Parts: sequence; C-alpha cells; structure tokens
Amino acid sequence: MAIKDLPREELMHPGAGSCPACTDLLTLRMTLKALGPKTVLVTPASCTASVACGYPKTPFGVPVLTMAFAAGGAAASGAVAALHRLGEDDVNVVVWAGDGGTYDIGLQSMSGAMERGTNFIFVCYNNEIYSNTGVQRSGATPFGAWTTTTWKGKVDQRKDMPAIMLAHRLPYVATASASYIEDLYRKVQKAASIRGPKYLEFHIPCAPGWRFPMERTIEMGRLAVETGAWALFEADDGKVEFNLRSKQILDGKTQRKPIEEYLELQGRFAHLFRPERDEEALAGIQQFIDREWERYKQLAACGMSVG
Amino acid sequence: MTLMFDVGNKVAAKAVQMCKPEVIAAYPITPQTVIVEELARFVENGELDAEYLCVESEHSVMAATCAAASMGVRTFTATSSQGLAFMHEMLHWAGLSRLPIVMINVNRTLGPGWSLWPDETDSMAQRDTGWIQFFVSSAQEAFDTVILAFRLAEHHEVQLPVLISYSAFTISHTMMPVEIPEQDDVDAFLPPFKPYWRLDWRNPVTFGNVLSDEYHMEKRYTMHLGMEAAKRLIPDLGREYEQRFGRYHGGLIEEYRTDDADYVLLAMASVGSEAKVAVDNLREQGHRVGLARLRVVRPYPDEDLRRIGRKRKLIALDRNISVGSGGWMYHETRSAVMGVEGCDVYGYLCGVGGRDVTYEDIEQMALKVFTGDARPDVVEWWDLKQTGGN
Amino acid sequence: MERYTADTTISYPCDGAAGRTGGWRDFRPVIDLTICIRCLRCWAYCPEGAVLRADDDSVSINYDYCKGCGICAYECPKKVIAMEREE
Ligand SMILES: Cc1ncc(C[n+]2csc(CCOP(=O)(O)OP(=O)(O)O)c2C)c(N)n1
Ligand code: SF4
Ligand code: SF4
Ligand code: SF4
Ligand SMILES: [Mg+2]
Repeated sequence: MAIKDLPREELMHPGAGSCPACTDLLTLRMTLKALGPKTVLVTPASCTASVACGYPKTPFGVPVLTMAFAAGGAAASGAVAALHRLGEDDVNVVVWAGDGGTYDIGLQSMSGAMERGTNFIFVCYNNEIYSNTGVQRSGATPFGAWTTTTWKGKVDQRKDMPAIMLAHRLPYVATASASYIEDLYRKVQKAASIRGPKYLEFHIPCAPGWRFPMERTIEMGRLAVETGAWALFEADDGKVEFNLRSKQILDGKTQRKPIEEYLELQGRFAHLFRPERDEEALAGIQQFIDREWERYKQLAACGMSVG
Repeated sequence: MTLMFDVGNKVAAKAVQMCKPEVIAAYPITPQTVIVEELARFVENGELDAEYLCVESEHSVMAATCAAASMGVRTFTATSSQGLAFMHEMLHWAGLSRLPIVMINVNRTLGPGWSLWPDETDSMAQRDTGWIQFFVSSAQEAFDTVILAFRLAEHHEVQLPVLISYSAFTISHTMMPVEIPEQDDVDAFLPPFKPYWRLDWRNPVTFGNVLSDEYHMEKRYTMHLGMEAAKRLIPDLGREYEQRFGRYHGGLIEEYRTDDADYVLLAMASVGSEAKVAVDNLREQGHRVGLARLRVVRPYPDEDLRRIGRKRKLIALDRNISVGSGGWMYHETRSAVMGVEGCDVYGYLCGVGGRDVTYEDIEQMALKVFTGDARPDVVEWWDLKQTGGN
Repeated sequence: MERYTADTTISYPCDGAAGRTGGWRDFRPVIDLTICIRCLRCWAYCPEGAVLRADDDSVSINYDYCKGCGICAYECPKKVIAMEREE
C-alpha cells in the first residue's frame, strides 16, 4: 500500500473543531477512507466531541452515535444487534474511544462486547491522557509524564491494553500509529474484513497535551516507534507479528534509539531534564522499555492462541 | 382470548413477547430475573424473533438498548433497584434521545443493607430522567400497560421512554389470573415501530453532538411537550385499548369511590390495591373516603389532582423516601393542589424498606386524619420502631 | 439529506461545522509547485483534509479550512512548503 493508493474520497468534511495538528482527526479521516460510507461510529465522551464540535452541524460524513463515556462497547453490541435485525450486517460498527474510554472507564463494557462476540471494531485512539478534560492522567499515561493530576510526573506505569485484548482471544488485534498512516490504513481494512470483535489501538501524539510544537506531531509518533516507546504489531488469530520499524527492531536489524531522544522533545517530560537531569527516572524509563521488548520477543515467539 | 394463571413477571414477559421487540438487552437482578429469563427462553425457542443481548452490567444494558433504539428498532428491558440506579446516566441518555424504549422495574429497596422487599424509591429517584413512569398494581394491569406503553412511547407526539414499575414479590412473584388477548389484536393495536430518527449510513447524521446553551433548553422543552401530550394520550389510548380488549385501568389516576368522598387516599403500586380494601372497610364504617391510585407519576397528574382535591382532604401514602424531604407523592401533590379551594394534604411514610403495608395499617392512618389527630404539615413515619444505633 | 422530525440532538454534515477554521491560522503553508514531486505526503498527513489532491495528483491548499499546523511543511520530503506568517 502506497500513499497514492489511498482513496481520494473524504468522509470527514473540512472545518472540524479539533485543535490544529490533531491526530485524532487525522486517524479518523484515514479510518473512514479505509472503511467507506457503510460505517457507523460510536464515540464515547472524548476529544472526538471537539472534532464533532457542535449541534446542528457535524463534519462527519458517516452516522455517529455519541455515547456516554463508559459505554462504547455496550453501545456497539446494541447497534450491531439492531443492524442484524435490519438485515444490514455489512455495515461496519466502530467504537472510536480515547484511552480513558478504553483503559479506564470504558474497560468493562469493551471487555463485555469482546466476550459477547460483537462483530465490530473497537478503536482506542491513545493520546495517553484525558485530553478533553484538560490533560489528566489515564491508565495509558506513561511513567514520568506530567499531567494536571500528576504535577511531578506519573508514578505508575501504563497498562498493556493490547495484551489484555489478546487475552480475550480476539480474531484480530493490532496497534498502529498516526505516523505510519499506510500501515494504519491497512490494519483498519484488515479488521473490517474479519468477522467478530476486533481491537485496534492507535498511538496519537497530542501537541497541546504533551507540550511540543505542533508541526512535529508526526515526527513525535515516529520517534515513539523508533525508540520503542510504541510498538507496531498485529495478531491475526492470535499469531503476533511485528510490523515495519518495530519488526526490524525485534529482528535485531535496527537498534532502538535511546528513549531520551523522544522524551526530551516533550514538555510533559521537561522536569526529567531541567533544572537538572533526573538520572534515576530516565534510567528507569529506559529499563522499562527494554523489558517491554523482552516481553514482545516472547509474544512474537508464542503468540496468544485464539483456539 | 386465553386465560393465564401465573406470577406477575411471567405475565409481563408474555406481554413483551406479544409486542415483538427486536432487541432485548438484560442483566439479572432479583426480583426481575424471571422476566429476563423468560424472554431469553422465548428467543432461544423461537417463540420470539429478537436479538437477546446478555450484557455485563445495567449501565451497559441501557447503553446497548439506546444504541439499538437509535438504529430504529423496538427495544425492551427490565431491571430493579440497584440495577436501575446503576443505569441512571443512561436513563437521561434515553430520555433526551427521545427513544421509545420500554422497561419494567420491579420495585425493590435500595441497599446497603441488602434487601429484596418492595419500596418505590428506586423508580422515584429516576423521576427527572425524562421517562414516562407507570406504577401498576396487578399482573393484568402490568400486561395491559406493557402493550399500551409501546404504543404511547412510539407516538409521534410523545417519543419518550416508558418505565413500568410494580412491587417486588407482591406482584412479581404472586400467581394471578390474567386474560391474554389474541396476537392479531395486539398487532392491530400496536403496529410495527416506525422511528422518527435513526442512524442510517444512507443519511449520515451525528447524534448527540455538543449541544450549546443556545439550543439545550428547547430540547428539554420539547420533552416537556411530549410529557404533556402523554397526559392526554394515556386516557385516550386507554379507552382505545378498552374498546379492543375490554379493560380500562384508569387514566393517569384510577379513581375509586371518590364521587362523594370527603377524604381521598393517594397511593400507588401494591399499596394502591391494598388501599382499595381499606376504602371498602372504611366506607362500611360510614366514612366518606375514596382512593386515587396514581398509575402515572411522570407526567405528574397535577390537573387530575387539582380536580380531585377540591374541598377534600388528601392522604398521601408514600412508600418511598427522599431523605431530608419526605415522600415524593406528598410533596408533588402539595405543590399541584396549591391554591385549590378547601384542599389539605396529609402525608404518611409507610412500608419504606419493604415492611408490609396492610389495609389495616391504611385504615388506621386514615382514621387518624378523620379524627383530627394528624397534621397536614407534618409527614408521619408510620409504624416507626425505636431507633438509636445498634 | 432527509431531515428527521424528532426534536433531539441531530446534526447534519457540512463543511465548516466549526466555522471557517482557516481563520485560526497564524502561518500559511505555501507550496512551491515547481519543485513538488507529487508524493502526496502532505495530502495524507494533513489532519484537516485541507490539502487538496487533483486528478493529476498535484496538490494545493484549501485555505478556508487549513488551520496552519505546519505538519505538511514539516513532513514534505522536498521541503517545498513554506510556512509564511499571516498578515
Ligand atoms: C461518566 C463521565 N465521567 C467523566 C466525564 C468527563 N470526561 C469527558 S471526556 C473525558 C476524558 C476522555 O479521555 P480519553 O478517553 O482519553 O479521550 P481524550 O479526551 O483524550 O480524547 C472525561 C474524563 C464524562 N463525560 N462522563
Ligand atoms: S487536545 Fe489533542 S487529541 Fe484533543 S483535539 Fe487537541 S490535539 Fe486532538
Ligand atoms: S498547515 Fe496543517 S492544516 Fe494546513 S494544510 Fe498543512 S497540514 Fe493541513
Ligand atoms: S509533500 Fe511536498 S513534495 Fe510531496 S506532494 Fe506535498 S508538497 Fe509535493
Ligand atoms: Mg486520551
């Protein structure tokens, strides 16, 4: 898949309400290109509300069901059941939830929808914070990150949600990044081609939330992958395969860049560098990433059988 | 027409089956369980052609139900007590979405202090969520009200969800004879659902977008108009139902022996049926007393109450509690009859937490008013035992 | 589009749901088409869909809605997009 092959049709109208450089919007735009118009989005409370902006207008060219924060997965189950009754099983139902609506308040109903076998795609667009309410920490916020509820940096590590989803024995689980857009596009299409519950998680750099210059948004996502802070992989029927740069890293063909190269560009980690370097924290973060990659190796070797 | 002799929950499930909902999402809670078990069985046996979703919580029940209704299909669910409370956020969602969902709530006391016994606080605590609320006092009334509720909810002037409540055990688990109409007649009364909005990829709209203060109040106002329309439509549809099926349970209020009454008891749900016995007994003793059984509390039957309250003393028997305020029926009735000539409202809190309220209790409460031993400005806690720690 | 009669929060799709978001811009992307190699990275990565892709894959900016984020300029492999301060 090359950029030229991405469809021209736009299902997002220009003039949405999100911040400049918003990759929530970018990945929505790409996802809808991949899915086409026979799609219903379920959007729990999140920044996607600021994308949609305001009654009586909307930039969305597909139907959108705004949903309560906790209820993305449950709403998908209801929507899919109704579409089945209407003889419209070919309509894609996609929950578009933030990390809060996935890792935290949305976990129960998402897990339930997966276990119920709902034929849908759950997309977690992970900007590693509650951005809509003003940058509070979430279960996806990395250790050390400043947020408005962790002023000195988060003291806990993030969860591994893709692994939790793998443990649900889903037919398809994949991670992607706003900065590897063709890969993201392909994974959305792949998910849509499989029946049953699918989980996709997109890494979403957020300039205002992470405090970096907005034009470097795509670079930030790239650096996350190059340093190994984010990994691109997919699990088809439980068989885990890493993709692109992450595959090269896993196969030892490319070295991971030091994590500091990623951290030092973001204001949310500034306290780790200034006024003086917090060596302990920086080393701890690097060690965490190193350990994550040891786990990834095991994951790639054994996968998670769907059986 | 056939006769069914069974517990209230099974009778209610039968009514739901005959209304042909297309999506049912449910989560079990005593004493509602039999309804959702029965519906699951109907769906598995092919006796009801519907999608049945076993979801993982009541919040999810109502989310799934809202989503299904948003796609334009008829939906039903049932719950009780903690389950209804857990749904609270989504109840508002359903109301503001103008989704004609029908739900049964089996009234059960809220914990802690786990309790299974009836008390209307669970339903009454949801009175501001935009749901039309019925309270029924027999299995037959539950059956008939389910069918009426779908018709009402789906009426274009209403477009609001409907909650039907009845008492734990005294209705839900008590065997009663019930007349079951023919399916053809139900179909004729309740045609297939035609939604007034839906999510359809051919007509892609965004539902529930950010709604600024510039628009919000008007959305609430039109919900209010839906409630006002329901006030008119509940008796009208009730009469239409009567013509077809031969039964009428009342409009917003069922009035019993009120014509020449000086005193009128106000009650609902199973206290309402017990109060009928009390009225008969008190009448035999020569007291001119009647009963206004509130079948509907949202919309509140304020106009009916003003008419009934003229030159009469009303005695509200609340089996629900808003701690720090009192019983809802008492307070809402007081504000409804404000300025009505010669009307006083007396209030009792009785059976809160499920303690039995017998007709004898009701007679005693009424007599206390008749003899001038009760005050209209003080709500009395009936049958209150000694308090003070463990 | 069919308009629904239900009085609830139904919004209909259109350009400029949040207004002319081009007005948010501090810097304006300007493409030097003589050097552009039509790789379409700017088109793909513009969150707004404000880079227009013509039939011949030449690109231009929709200034009505471009928010001036600078992603297109930063990601352009030929660095042919200049961010010029708006007057
Ligand atoms: C029940 C409930 N609690 C809290 C909120 C407030 N709230 C709205 S969006 C949000 C954060 C969303 O975070 P996330 O899911 O990560 O999406 P993002 O805003 O980052 O896009 C919160 C806390 C809410 N809408 N509902
Ligand atoms: S805060 Fe971040 S995720 Fe939210 S709209 Fe702005 S850029 Fe997008
Ligand atoms: S500056 Fe940003 S919004 Fe404008 S065209 Fe470039 S990428 Fe799109
Ligand atoms: S990214 Fe640069 S070179 Fe590529 S199409 Fe856009 S302007 Fe041309
Ligand atoms: Mg987030």
